Amino acid sequence: MNKVFKKTRDLVLPGELVVESMDYLPGRNCFREGNGIYSKRLGLVYFKGRVVEVVPLAGPYIPEVGDMVIGEIKEVQYSGWIVDINSPYQAFLPISGIREFVDSLKTDISKIYNTGDVIYGKISVVSALKTIYISMKEPQTRKFSGGRIVEISPVKVPRLIGKGGSMINLIKNKTKCRISVGQNGRIWLQGEKEELAVKAIMMVNEKSHTTGLTEAVERLLDRGE
Amino acid sequence: MKRVDGRKPTEIRPVEMKVGVVKNADGSALVRFGNTEAIAAVYGPKELHPKHLQDNEKAILKCTYMMAPFSTTERNKPGPSRRSIEISKVIKEAIEPALFLEEYPRASIDVYILVTQANAGTRTAGINAASLALADAGIPMRDLVSAIAAGKIEGEYVIDLNGDEEKVTLADIPLAYMPREGKITLLQMDGNLPKEDVKNIIKLAIDTCKKLYEMQKKVLKEKWLKEGVE
Amino acid sequence: MNIQNRYMMDLINKGTRLDNRGLDEYRKITIKSGVIAQAEGSSMVSIGDTKVLVGIKMDVGEPFPDTPNEGILIVNAELYPMASSSFELGPPDENSIELARIVDRGIREGKAIDMEKLCIEEGEKVWIIFVDIQPINHDGNLIDASAMAAISALLNTKMPKYEDGSVIYEEKKKKLPVKDIIAMTTFINIGDKVLVDPTIEEENIMDSRVSIATSQNGNICAIQKGGMHGIKPGTIEKIFDKAVERGEEIRKIIKSNV
Repeated sequence: MNKVFKKTRDLVLPGELVVESMDYLPGRNCFREGNGIYSKRLGLVYFKGRVVEVVPLAGPYIPEVGDMVIGEIKEVQYSGWIVDINSPYQAFLPISGIREFVDSLKTDISKIYNTGDVIYGKISVVSALKTIYISMKEPQTRKFSGGRIVEISPVKVPRLIGKGGSMINLIKNKTKCRISVGQNGRIWLQGEKEELAVKAIMMVNEKSHTTGLTEAVERLLDRGE
Repeated sequence: MKRVDGRKPTEIRPVEMKVGVVKNADGSALVRFGNTEAIAAVYGPKELHPKHLQDNEKAILKCTYMMAPFSTTERNKPGPSRRSIEISKVIKEAIEPALFLEEYPRASIDVYILVTQANAGTRTAGINAASLALADAGIPMRDLVSAIAAGKIEGEYVIDLNGDEEKVTLADIPLAYMPREGKITLLQMDGNLPKEDVKNIIKLAIDTCKKLYEMQKKVLKEKWLKEGVE
Repeated sequence: MNIQNRYMMDLINKGTRLDNRGLDEYRKITIKSGVIAQAEGSSMVSIGDTKVLVGIKMDVGEPFPDTPNEGILIVNAELYPMASSSFELGPPDENSIELARIVDRGIREGKAIDMEKLCIEEGEKVWIIFVDIQPINHDGNLIDASAMAAISALLNTKMPKYEDGSVIYEEKKKKLPVKDIIAMTTFINIGDKVLVDPTIEEENIMDSRVSIATSQNGNICAIQKGGMHGIKPGTIEKIFDKAVERGEEIRKIIKSNV
């Protein structure tokens, strides 16, 4: 007997029963106990075919290979840099992970990146024990100079980007701002209507789980000065 | 039997639960039973220092229970005491069974509980608040944890003892329970009673935990529904 | 973060701030008194996202030998990590001791409490007032929030009864003899700019800090300079004027909540 207790986009709590059936499989943020599939986290349920997933409404950023993140250099070491990526796990940027060749015996590498510098990097390695490496070789990667950073809940980043980048492009176009989104919840921006862009980003952060969000953001941006 | 504050034996004190009371924290909650009030704040999962304390298999849960100096009738000397250290330990053991700590190897999850008003039942109020705060922080959990103390006064089993009752009860049994899992995660007793009485008191506490569980679920959902998930 | 700090500095130099406030503009203040049943007095003060809870407890003890006919004031602050990840568990550190002592000095030197009325038996028994400061959330300007919560809690305090050598906490009637409402205003200096009511981000980039307590008659009753940079005397003089002005406004807010 298949019993389905929730539908897509229903709010669930940790330990809440979603389906009672062996025909379904527990996906992200779900677990099975007996015939039941339960949510592990506070979030919204999604059925993807026979897979039950929960998209969390709160929680930390856990790095995945390929993620673009905004990191802060915390420490300059002999062979690279320790980077804070707003995660339970710090990342390491090795000197082999930057575009130029550096002879660490002859170079003061703090001239390249120093403590407090903010970078846009790509996660290149995530080990089973969550050792994280970051790379600055890809074309989008760079060190920021100028602009400002706002932080949102990392779990809200997909909503800020929107389907095919729809939400972030809307904000970019209407505010004439350059915006770089880190999967880790840090957003860099610079441009004409920065204040308005920040307001729009914070609106997504607070109302990410509501319907009609795109329209609400659009109205806010049109009202803006 | 009429209780000192007019409650029925199986009636809990007026309960208030609030989620999101400490903005800096990753998750937080306040729980009040009458004149007993506790705030819990969760920070993490975050990198654990020093490194040698890290566990490659799972996150380390750290719990701290503290009483504000003004929370008691006679001022409570600030700082940890033997009592607060023991309570911190049993609270950690009450909460840890509910968490999927293996999802965050090498990290730590820090739970800070502050008792702002103490009129008996502070550890159980703290556990209820901590459970809410952990869910609010988005920590993966197999269940919420609900907790309450019960005892026996003048031949009757009574739930949620207040400060006056704590002095006269034949036993004081705080209990924490994962209602969906059906497992007890905290059980202590002060007192002297035949085992039948103890069994009945535990039953009463479990029944009450099930009611608190519904309140906890409601307050967690309200935080998000207020803003309109359809 | 370097770029974020630079961005804040640029805003401040233009006379505005990350949260769009003017440099001498406060965040929203709310005061809720009488929130702790067990305490003789209590108050929760919010300034923006900073929240501080103060509770007053009273007891009877021996007076200090040099003030045999006066009560005793003890101010203590607990920087519990619940309120901020920058706080650490352990015995009070220099920051919590400084916070407690600044608040203490304002109340003591401003003669906010009529200490002689707290004498029960000269040289033998006097009332002890414990002011315990408990930050709940730290987003900057803990000093002003703590001082405001302390004086609000004192104004809210009812003294327990003292009979046959014991304190009867169940019976509280008489109000604590509070004579003056002390107002604390903290200013921070960033470059040549002066800001009131700093957030935690602003405190992190400040050069120096000055906290000034004023009493009802406009006198200054306590000063504390903090931070790693010096301040010019001219700047200090301007700060005094502002502190007295601002003190009046704070007193109005405190009074309207009594």
